[in-house]
Amino acid sequence: MEQMGKVLVITPEKCTGCRLCELVCSVYHDGVSNAQRSRIKIVKWESEGIYIPMTCQQCQDAPCMIVCPVKAISRDENLNRVMVNHDICIGCRSCVAVCPFGAMGFNVIDRKNFKCDLCDGDPQCVRFCDMKAVDYVDADKVAILKKRAAAEKITAAQRQAIVLESELR
Amino acid sequence: MALNRKIAYIDLSTGKIEIKPIPIEIRKKFLGGRGLDAYLLYNHTKKGIDPLGPENVLIVSGGILTATLASATSRCHVMAKSPLGGMVGSCNMGGFFTPELAWAGFHHLVIKGKAEKPVFLWIHNGKIEIRDASFLWGKTVTETQWAIREALGDEDIKSLVIGPAGENLVRYANVMTGIKNSGGRTGMGAVMGSKNLKAIAARGTMDIKIAYPREALEYNKRFIDQITSAKVNQTQGTLGTPFIWGATNSWGGIRTRNFQYNQMLYCDEIEPESIDENATKTIGPYHMAACFGCQVHCRAKYRIPSGPYAGRYDEGPEYTSQGAFCSEPDIPSLEALLTANHLVDQWGVDNLEIGSLISWAMELYELGILTDKETDGLDLRFGNAEAMLEMIRRICFREGWLGNVLADGGLIASEKIGKNSFDYLIQVKGVSNLHSDERATPALALNIATASRGSDHLRSRPAIDLYHLPVDVLRKIYSSPVPYDGPLSSEHTEYIGKPWQVFWHENCYMAVDSLGICKYHTTFLGATLPNFEDWSRVLYYNTGLELSPKDIWDIAERCNMLERLFNLREGLTRNDPYRGDMLNHRYFDEPTRRGAPDVVGRVIDREKFNKMIDEFYEYKGLDKNGVPKPETLKRLGLDNEPSHLL
Repeated sequence: MEQMGKVLVITPEKCTGCRLCELVCSVYHDGVSNAQRSRIKIVKWESEGIYIPMTCQQCQDAPCMIVCPVKAISRDENLNRVMVNHDICIGCRSCVAVCPFGAMGFNVIDRKNFKCDLCDGDPQCVRFCDMKAVDYVDADKVAILKKRAAAEKITAAQRQAIVLESELR
Repeated sequence: MALNRKIAYIDLSTGKIEIKPIPIEIRKKFLGGRGLDAYLLYNHTKKGIDPLGPENVLIVSGGILTATLASATSRCHVMAKSPLGGMVGSCNMGGFFTPELAWAGFHHLVIKGKAEKPVFLWIHNGKIEIRDASFLWGKTVTETQWAIREALGDEDIKSLVIGPAGENLVRYANVMTGIKNSGGRTGMGAVMGSKNLKAIAARGTMDIKIAYPREALEYNKRFIDQITSAKVNQTQGTLGTPFIWGATNSWGGIRTRNFQYNQMLYCDEIEPESIDENATKTIGPYHMAACFGCQVHCRAKYRIPSGPYAGRYDEGPEYTSQGAFCSEPDIPSLEALLTANHLVDQWGVDNLEIGSLISWAMELYELGILTDKETDGLDLRFGNAEAMLEMIRRICFREGWLGNVLADGGLIASEKIGKNSFDYLIQVKGVSNLHSDERATPALALNIATASRGSDHLRSRPAIDLYHLPVDVLRKIYSSPVPYDGPLSSEHTEYIGKPWQVFWHENCYMAVDSLGICKYHTTFLGATLPNFEDWSRVLYYNTGLELSPKDIWDIAERCNMLERLFNLREGLTRNDPYRGDMLNHRYFDEPTRRGAPDVVGRVIDREKFNKMIDEFYEYKGLDKNGVPKPETLKRLGLDNEPSHLL
């Protein structure tokens, strides 16, 4: 049951843009180094130093799943992920077109679509990211972590307000 | 497979392009990257050619491990005969270019001739095209890269480019990629400019098969844990290379006012913590960027806080910029540092060289050797930030008498300026020294004197010599993969044992440069980082090539000897102050004036220095004049060079 609620959490500002996640993803899944095969991609605005890791969100109501004409895409509730059955898939690329995150790839060498499978519960991108810009945490923790980060800002503001008030007195 | 990446010969005069495989026997002798480049340079150039003429060759390469799981395998190496000192020209940079080149199917490019009008190379999935670059000429480093992406309609294209300095044949112009990844030193950008080659753009989606993917992943994880657990890398990953500044300046190893002092005073504004504070303010708490596949992430992002370029985005500054734009010209201003760093990145020129030459000119100006006539009225006194920034512009665009003269480098400039200006030029083989002051560190002095591309800290510097490590720790590092039972000393002011350390690091750095790994992932700044043993493993897991640690050491020794052979062919002699293994006389004659008690008052002892050179030559298998003995060439398999195998 522990694994059940885990999700990938991305904190873009922590990303150093090194793209090791892209490399380990392609080596783990395909045995080759080729960023084009990676399920995760760092989208960059180089002239501003902004790097955003983009990957599958494993949506509950996944558009790819809904659009698939042959029902080759399904949810694996065990690992909280969306999976493609390539025995059924006809390669129409409807899923590629409909994904709001561009997370469904199409491999021009193998002529197959591909997406993040969370490495069966041990995501390599997380394992190799020393910054933990990509992390794998229990779904119910995600909101708590965000709450704490936001609360910290409020407490900092409160502390400043107290100092200001004491100075005014 | 990494081993099926190809070599391409591109003749810009005729437009002919020839693509060949790289035979496995060649890999076993020279690996790839800088090692194989040294072989190609020696074989494809003739003695005495004009470095800026069409007969010079520009060799661009990735290491044998490029884009594989060996961590930080992004290093790009560029080689040619140097227009700065006339010796081996060589530069090495990180970024994201070589992975793209390797995914496009290539490891080495040998570029010959000269294009009639500006061109760029477009390399994609096994194909190479020569394209018109008239729309790129005159553009800055980043403008050029973004314009190529726009023109070819692919934002994943990575390019090696030159800026205005390369176009204007400034003899120490850089080859650049990304925002600030710089192939600096020895003017490879000028060679590119002389060929009318504005850029090399690459994009690839070809698989590089990993020989043993599971083992490669697991070993890489181990490698990374070793690298991220090293304190030195944690610090570097927070403050970037400026972290070295604090300690080095406090003990007195930073040359200041050209070479008048060895410590900068009143410089709080440019301390690493101040630079970091600006990055936090202008970017945010997470402001470090990394090259391909690297966990050290030593590159800070920043915006210029004030001044005429306020708000501009750039990356760095590196430790080298702190010296070049702060200590040497004695300008303790953060705004000047960040602005100068931005200008050299955009115009594509070597920060160390330009800062060092401007500081030299400042000393000459204060001595009256240069006057307002030569500077066109510019008040070139130490400490004048505006004058420094203006000189950077004049040099990059070859404006004014002095700007044009300094753009040709120290050796040519000292002839044109005349008088005794050469005596004040801090250089070896025509290449200016980093802002480090080596008078209290004989090991480092030997390193810069003997470095193949001229005064340089990245060829053979035993930087860990400054850590005062216990002798048994030193013994463990320096007696592998070949035995060494000679003397070693923990004391950085000592002369004994240092020649072996320099020899060991020379081979270590040649090995990383040939593998394509960054020096921050080996025994450079950290004593506990991976070296020969680990490389033998990662090489096997990633490429299937079986080479023992000793084999890799032998390859490194062979490739270093090739660079030596090239330099000897171009006129290297032992004691020549212009093109020899020799330091400026001030190292021997002027004692240090500042620093820690064991540093102040130091000079390099001429006799002991000569002894170090003798010993160093002996380890390398050279005679007293620095020429390889016949048996050395035979042992290294170089008795038949040039052998024209590739």
